Amino acid sequence: MTDSGEARQSVLEPSATTEESEAGTAPRKTEKQRGLWGEAWRDLRRRPLFIASAILIAILLVIAAFPGLFASADPNTQLLSKARQDPSGEAWFGYDHLGRDIYARVIHGARASIIVGVFSTLLAVLLGSLIGLVGGYFGGKTDSSLSRFAEIFLGLPFVLGAIVILSTFNAGIEGNPGTVRVMTQVVVTIGILAWPISMRIMRSAAITSKQQDYVKAAKALGASHGRIIFRHILPNSVAPVMVYATIALGQFIGLEATLSYLGLGLRAPVVSWGIMISDSQNYLFSAPHMLLFPAMFLVITVLAFVMLGDAVRDALDPKQS
Amino acid sequence: MGRYILRRLLQLIPVFIGTTFIIYALVWAIPGNPFAGKCGSRGCPPTYIAEMTQQYNLDDPIYVSYFKYLGDLLTGNFGETYSGIEVSTLIQNAYPVTLKLALIALVIEGVIGISAGVLTALRGKGFLDSLVLASTLFLIAIPVFVTGFVLQYLLGVQLEWIDPSVSSDPGIGELILPGFVLGSLSMAYISRLSRTSMLENKSADYIRTATAKGLAPRRVVGIHMLRNSLIPVVTFLGTDLGALMGGAIVTEGIFNIPGIGGLVYDAILGQEGTTVTAVVALLVMVYLLMNLLVDVLYAALDPRIRYD
Amino acid sequence: MRRTRMAAPVAATLSVALLAAGCGGGSGGVTKKTGTLDDPIVVQWGEPENPLVPTNTTEVNGGNVLDPLFTGLVEYEPKTFKPHNAMAKSIEPSPDKKTYTVELKEGWKFHDGEEVTADNFVRAWNYGAYAPNGQLTASFFSKIQGYDEVHPSDPDGDSGPKEPPKPTAEKMSGLKVVDDHTFTITLENPFTIFPTTLGYSAFAPMPDVFFEDKAKYEKTPIGNGPFKFEKRTPKQSLTVTSYDKYKGEDKAQVDAVKFKVYKKLTTAYQDLKSGNLDVQRQVPTSALVGGRWKEELGDNAIQREGMLTATLSFPLYKEKFQDPNLRKAISMAVDRESIMKSVFSGSREAMHEWAAPSVDGFEAGRCGQWCTYDEAKAKEYLKKAGGFQGTLTISSNADGSHQEWVKAVAGSIRDTLGIKVAFQPVPTFSEFREKINSHKMTGLFRSGWVADYPNIQTFLGPLYSTGGSSNDSGYSSPAFDKAMQQASSASSVKQANELYGQAADVLSKDMPVIPIYSQPIQAGKSDRVATATMTPRRSLALTTLTVAKPKE
Repeated sequence: MTDSGEARQSVLEPSATTEESEAGTAPRKTEKQRGLWGEAWRDLRRRPLFIASAILIAILLVIAAFPGLFASADPNTQLLSKARQDPSGEAWFGYDHLGRDIYARVIHGARASIIVGVFSTLLAVLLGSLIGLVGGYFGGKTDSSLSRFAEIFLGLPFVLGAIVILSTFNAGIEGNPGTVRVMTQVVVTIGILAWPISMRIMRSAAITSKQQDYVKAAKALGASHGRIIFRHILPNSVAPVMVYATIALGQFIGLEATLSYLGLGLRAPVVSWGIMISDSQNYLFSAPHMLLFPAMFLVITVLAFVMLGDAVRDALDPKQS
Repeated sequence: MGRYILRRLLQLIPVFIGTTFIIYALVWAIPGNPFAGKCGSRGCPPTYIAEMTQQYNLDDPIYVSYFKYLGDLLTGNFGETYSGIEVSTLIQNAYPVTLKLALIALVIEGVIGISAGVLTALRGKGFLDSLVLASTLFLIAIPVFVTGFVLQYLLGVQLEWIDPSVSSDPGIGELILPGFVLGSLSMAYISRLSRTSMLENKSADYIRTATAKGLAPRRVVGIHMLRNSLIPVVTFLGTDLGALMGGAIVTEGIFNIPGIGGLVYDAILGQEGTTVTAVVALLVMVYLLMNLLVDVLYAALDPRIRYD
Repeated sequence: MRRTRMAAPVAATLSVALLAAGCGGGSGGVTKKTGTLDDPIVVQWGEPENPLVPTNTTEVNGGNVLDPLFTGLVEYEPKTFKPHNAMAKSIEPSPDKKTYTVELKEGWKFHDGEEVTADNFVRAWNYGAYAPNGQLTASFFSKIQGYDEVHPSDPDGDSGPKEPPKPTAEKMSGLKVVDDHTFTITLENPFTIFPTTLGYSAFAPMPDVFFEDKAKYEKTPIGNGPFKFEKRTPKQSLTVTSYDKYKGEDKAQVDAVKFKVYKKLTTAYQDLKSGNLDVQRQVPTSALVGGRWKEELGDNAIQREGMLTATLSFPLYKEKFQDPNLRKAISMAVDRESIMKSVFSGSREAMHEWAAPSVDGFEAGRCGQWCTYDEAKAKEYLKKAGGFQGTLTISSNADGSHQEWVKAVAGSIRDTLGIKVAFQPVPTFSEFREKINSHKMTGLFRSGWVADYPNIQTFLGPLYSTGGSSNDSGYSSPAFDKAMQQASSASSVKQANELYGQAADVLSKDMPVIPIYSQPIQAGKSDRVATATMTPRRSLALTTLTVAKPKE
């Protein structure tokens, strides 16, 4: 490591020289601007992993958009006499404890589960990454205050935060709030309570990337903070957050069930996989199919997103392309 | 370095005050009077509700009530629960157990996760890689109550290797299975994370240099690659300890572990501000100290990072 | 990954295990020490919600500990749950059933050596009734003369803005100590079954040390019952030991019993099967499904009728629920039998009457056709009532285990009547109760009741009398009130029960609430315990516990 001497600068306080040099030299445009993201896209289209995951996600999205095409039965009709019946020709996935068709419920549950999973992940990760990037890159007081703020959120028990946030949202509504509203609330709640983890991850990655030669080079060339953060640090720090995001997606789909269980999340007639899985709790022995099918769809969905994440990460990684 | 750590420790004070206030205010904001639900289907007599509300300062404005609480806290009085039990007793009983459980879970998820990640990264794409991916994802999708219940049933009831529930002051041996169940959620993430991180560094210049210098592959991987790749993993493990301590509600329930997860959960639903605030404030302290430790570890793992 | 390799064998063993699940069997052996402090009998328990004081305890966990610690004037025989005199030598009513003279047995002592006298009873009851003490069971003393002076009622109801007036007396005028072992109770109105109600734990005597230092007492409760308090670790366990100087007939037959807090019934059940737990007071739903618990526990399964009911109440203060025909239509649209079968797999009884079985005065099917599922008739009555506009909401608290059956009922009403029905969960029980207390419910809401004493009156008086202490639906019927009054001043208990039945018939006409199910007791014990009797209030009668003979 040739530049170890210079690297001994503070992580937390950007050195004064950098800022001066930045003010002095005008940023010089690199030639041949195909752009990092454009390149990544070209690269992506050639990867089989990407194609496979994209097809899988497309199928799931179609199911979520038009559940009626795949299942004709009503997911909420109770045929109490058929409660807990095993899968059969009549109901492919069997019936649950209230005699509802599990196949219809799994299909109709795709929409809520995927929307909640994808959007709350996006919200948590984007929010967390942005704050983490800023904290990690600028260091110093900015970093301390952002980090301490995040730590308070990390310490906040999810159930407490969720009850208070959602009860506040729900206050003053007579009767049941509308589906779109509840879904937005659930997404926002999970996003607000889950961002600190991606913040910590992004921050650590940013601190590491910041020390790299190419960042120093960019600084020396007088690139603006924004440019350094988004063109140099972000692409090199995105991998760990991407891994987190794809896996968090699965956890958030499950988390939604916790909210429903507390009486704060989605409720009938909306169906979700999380609710189905949590319903199965008392029937593990007598009706394992109540758990099996929603869990299977959850695994497939998470798998598709993990594969997509892998492919995108590989494509973005400047060192590998 | 010393100055840096000192500065971080001093920051604990404002964060502690901020956290206790936020938590106290949040519990305060839960709708409903906590004493209205204390009498089952009977419904509580209004005199009881009025008497208790006054006794626990719930009819004061929040600031007054909070400062009364903070004043007590500073003199070492953690207050008592609505059923007249001292919160300090509860904390003394629950914290050691929870800390033990969380550390065991952390070690298990760390060891299994990192070794699976490293192994798959070195072997590259193939059967092993897919197997690890599939099985870790399986653990994510299967809720904890299933993993916990099935293992408890098999090992506890069928094979009788362990007792289904732990004793009131459990030792390390008793906590291994609950620790595994608790840690299983993060295992997937850690193995993916270390795999990704290793793959990234595989093509880094210093690795090429080290290999070119003729270092033994074991040394290249063990010293150079692993050390650099562990930074994001360590970050996550640091944040995870707190999550494992406060979020072990289901695992604690299944194995009947008298820890803080269940304590906080019950206290939240029962709106016991004193219990929730004290326990969570201590939990935030754990987060702060862990994150400090992690930040210090960055410097140890990556020689390029220095704190002044 | 260790786990990965385990996955396949785990799945295989699991399926085998499921088949072999019948042979669970306890492994904890019986030794000489079993039942002593070194190796106590372990009973499943939950953390009580209030300090362990009889006048401040109404829930079953606190009650289960207080029952063996105290012996009241009257006790209920655990098996039959019939009342009999315990500390009372006699309870003599006056001819008008308004005044009762109580004579106590002599020589009884509290666990700290103090003798139990009439004063201990009178002082304890006055403490429980006095409003500023804010005791949970205050309303139990409301029949006694002078209650209104120590506990004035709120002029504009619980939810009104006015504060209730300050009490003008500290002691109820109806309680008079005659001598050390005699006192008289004068009631406001005649109440024939009054002696039966005295078995409730709120009527227990309190030792002087309680009044001297309440905080200390709450940590180490002292009673006069067959067991005495030994030690407690909050949120974990509480141990009681036998009291050798106990004078009553129901002496303890084991030396020590440990109440262990379980957060999940399923965990307690696993412990029961592997011999770490001796008595489980409630078997979890997952084991009740398909009758699995009876196969697994065999002779150790304990089932009996209970005194717990679940109902759905109408907010009668809302305009749209005024028509009894609508209420009947909704009641007839609930397919109780099928719901019991699917949600509880038959472990709870569909309810067609106004009280739980096993109370005195119970008569099966008292609610008749109005509590029986009938699709055509339900539709007909809905039409009679002019249909139903908007969405019918059914509310329940989410932090209990009630969501499932309430959802099932909602589905049944929707599918039968073809109206919009929505389940409306409220996150915490306290918020739910507060909404009920302040009459803010907009649709049906879940309600339930546990009998305080083994008489049908406990299911009628507090719930449906005008201004009754737990009349959550706001029901008020002159016909019902009159019938109740007649019953209360009946000449004998038998006649009283008959008249209470007639009061119940008024309810069948009006349907202020919908009876859904009554809950039997399903408990289990280990091989270490030879006998254990559950009371219909789901507590374990500690005095019936005996240890099995050690096997060679």
